[in-house]
Amino acid sequence: MFHLVPLDALLARFSPTNIFAPASTPSDYLYKVALLSLAVTGAIFLVVAGLLVYVAVKYRSRPGDPSEPLQVYGSRQLELAWTVLPVLIVMVLFLSSARVIHAVQDAPKPKNAIEVIVVGHQFWWEYRYPQYGFVTANELHVPVSDPQRPTPTFMTLLSADTTHDFWVPRLAGKTDLIPNHPNSMWMEPHKTGLYIGQCNEYCGTSHALMLLRVYVQPRQEFDQWVKAQQQAALSPESLSPEAAEGRKVFERTACIDCHAIAGTIADGRFGPELRHLMSRETIAAGVASNTAQNLRTWIQNPGAFKPGARMPAMGLSDQELDEVTAYMMALH
Amino acid sequence: MSSNSLPMPDAIASAPHLTGSARVLDTLHDWVITVDHKKLGLMYIGMGLFFFLLGGIEAIIIRIQLLFPLYHFVSPQVFNRMFTMHGTTMIFFTAMPILFGFGVYLIPLMIGTRDMAFPRLNAWGFWIALFGGLLLYFSFVGGDGLYGAGNAPDVSWWAYAPLTSRAFSPGHSTDYWTIGVLLSGFGSIASAVNFAATILCLRCPGMTLGKMPLLAWMYLVMAGLVLMAISPLTAAQIMLLLDRYLGAHFFDTQAGGSATIWMHFFWIFGHPEVYILILPSFGFISEMVPVFSRKPIFGYPIMVAATVGIGFISLSVWAHHMFTIGMESYENAFFVLSSMAIAVPTGIKIFNWLGTMWGGKIRYELPMLFCVGFLFQFLIAGLTGIMLAVAPFNWQLHNSYFVIGHFHYVIVGGILFAIFGAFYYWYPKMTGRMLKQKLGLLHFLLFFIGFHLTFDFMHIVGVLGMPRRIYTYEPGRGWEYWNIVISVGAAFQALGIACFAINLVWSYFQGTRAGRDPWDGWTLEWATTSPPPVYNFAQIPEVKSARPLWDFKHPEDPDWKYL
Repeated sequence: MFHLVPLDALLARFSPTNIFAPASTPSDYLYKVALLSLAVTGAIFLVVAGLLVYVAVKYRSRPGDPSEPLQVYGSRQLELAWTVLPVLIVMVLFLSSARVIHAVQDAPKPKNAIEVIVVGHQFWWEYRYPQYGFVTANELHVPVSDPQRPTPTFMTLLSADTTHDFWVPRLAGKTDLIPNHPNSMWMEPHKTGLYIGQCNEYCGTSHALMLLRVYVQPRQEFDQWVKAQQQAALSPESLSPEAAEGRKVFERTACIDCHAIAGTIADGRFGPELRHLMSRETIAAGVASNTAQNLRTWIQNPGAFKPGARMPAMGLSDQELDEVTAYMMALH
Repeated sequence: MSSNSLPMPDAIASAPHLTGSARVLDTLHDWVITVDHKKLGLMYIGMGLFFFLLGGIEAIIIRIQLLFPLYHFVSPQVFNRMFTMHGTTMIFFTAMPILFGFGVYLIPLMIGTRDMAFPRLNAWGFWIALFGGLLLYFSFVGGDGLYGAGNAPDVSWWAYAPLTSRAFSPGHSTDYWTIGVLLSGFGSIASAVNFAATILCLRCPGMTLGKMPLLAWMYLVMAGLVLMAISPLTAAQIMLLLDRYLGAHFFDTQAGGSATIWMHFFWIFGHPEVYILILPSFGFISEMVPVFSRKPIFGYPIMVAATVGIGFISLSVWAHHMFTIGMESYENAFFVLSSMAIAVPTGIKIFNWLGTMWGGKIRYELPMLFCVGFLFQFLIAGLTGIMLAVAPFNWQLHNSYFVIGHFHYVIVGGILFAIFGAFYYWYPKMTGRMLKQKLGLLHFLLFFIGFHLTFDFMHIVGVLGMPRRIYTYEPGRGWEYWNIVISVGAAFQALGIACFAINLVWSYFQGTRAGRDPWDGWTLEWATTSPPPVYNFAQIPEVKSARPLWDFKHPEDPDWKYL
């Protein structure tokens, strides 16, 4: 009859990126200290705003009263009071902040933590899984963490060009990806699902389209995904004739200067790794769903989806476009 | 009085009588070569209002673009230029000139002297700042750069490295930004030297430091902050130019340079800058609230102490803009503490203003309406500032629309409301005419409503995860309705500003005559005519307290008997 909806699910209905709907350990820490500071500042607001309204109404001048009020120059006791009280409040907030800062920033990395190296690019995300030996892009997969046997994900944050920022509000606070300045952050999701976010530091023309997708999966599902990612690329023989032609086009044009498909001669480093492109739901950092039509449009003119994208329009013929798209569609 | 008057008015009246265009040219020439602090003050204010209009138009373009998800009113390139120019314009070429203008106009009058300490430096500071602003806007008509850098800067007003390197910002748009801001900084430093010298050396007889108007104290501390804060920005701009054109590698991350060093340089300027802007506003409030409450400022000494305290502490809080760049935990903790510490002197000020109103007989003239608006909004701005100083909370809120809401509460809800109050308060002194009451009320109401529609809801959309500086957003993130409300608020604000602009012009010709002292004020500017003569005072006044006109009007109960 009447189902009690969990508060975080209720809050997440307002927005999938609501900071008040934490689903991971660090974001939960931040949520709690946020509630504390809201309560404290809210109370101060009520008192002072109440005082302001009271004073502004009570001491308004009455018509026909030209006399001057009593001239008061100050009160040492009062001034001392409203100096000391704020000092005490500040100390409370400082100490509780310091505690959470320590808990989040200085958290030790457990042995069975998942390690991911995140590299920010204009305007997409590269994810490297050094423990598993593969590279992927734009869609981060992590296992849900069992409180009995926590498997948090620890991330090293790097940038290939300008400064970016990793922000998935429900999973963790944000951290910048700064070139020549490695950073780190971690998350420990308690619930499976897709969590979204986006780049939060202005990084150039299409900063707004640098979206984040984090798939939190049950451990088994995650392990299967890892296994699939580790598989070799399809051999040329197993490709359809059109896809095989597409592969040739791909490998003789500048595509391979930027893209890598592990196991083939394509080993570029500027663009996303494509070996298992079709395992992703979206392309162009979450901007479009991963369909044949969208892939073709993207290859023809990346600017159509993402103005300022670093990938150039390659000027392929219609036939070549079909073939390359077919090749992409074969990258399971 | 007449026996003391100087022969100057006669000298002006007996200037050769010119006609037509010759006369216009002569007037123009007079304004160009002037070193009179009042004319320069008015020109500063005029410059600020001109750029305020441009920055406002940019804001409106931003708000139209963000009305709907995936809306295409302007391209991302244009949008990025708009928010870059909006921020740069509003800080460097609107808020700074208007506040400097009021200071240049009022300080010599309020401390009872005839001009600034260095009148020609004063003129130089104004003109170099103006040229900086014009140079920035020339970028719009400058040639297109290569792809990614159009004909106006698009690197945001923080201009974080390495986005500003030639690899990511080819063409010259970033150079326009760098040199424009650099020039405005030179002007600010010149004016700061001038403020400090004037306030320290030219006070009239009897006006000890403890008896000068609070506004002068605020400007003195502000001048110190300008010297400390603008210099690192200037240095950083020069380093950026060296990077871009002489192959230096200060911020060139590809060659071992540091992106975070730019952040430190920028924010050790950027945060004190907030106080550079808010301290003069505090000065306005501290002059207006007592006069309209009919009581002296509550706790003058502690107000001064709090101002000086804010000045010092504000130099140690900059990295609270950088909680997400991966500083060590103890560094983050330090900046939490220092940032919160500044809430203490700021709180003292709010309480003292309330203490001033307490027991008073408050007259709700237009300036006082804006003062009450200021107090309400600045209180909220301070409290959201405390939330942002909680580093763990900041890890969520940083760079979201919550921050945009917060600092517009400071800059619009605080500083701009104080500036509007100051216009209604001192316009009669500057022009000899009162601003129209009803139009002013309409301005207040429209702007107040628009302000709250826009900036209140920015906090909410920020909490829902909307980052700043995005030219568009996808539907389904829960941001749609809020953005419509925010943009509607911007329209209300624009209407309010239109009322204000009409009022400024109309009242100049049609406003009722103000006389010397329309508000029954207490500081020296109200002792001279409106507008004041070139020489300000026929005779340099002599004071015994911080409220010389109170003493004059109440010889039976003067301030100096008690202090």
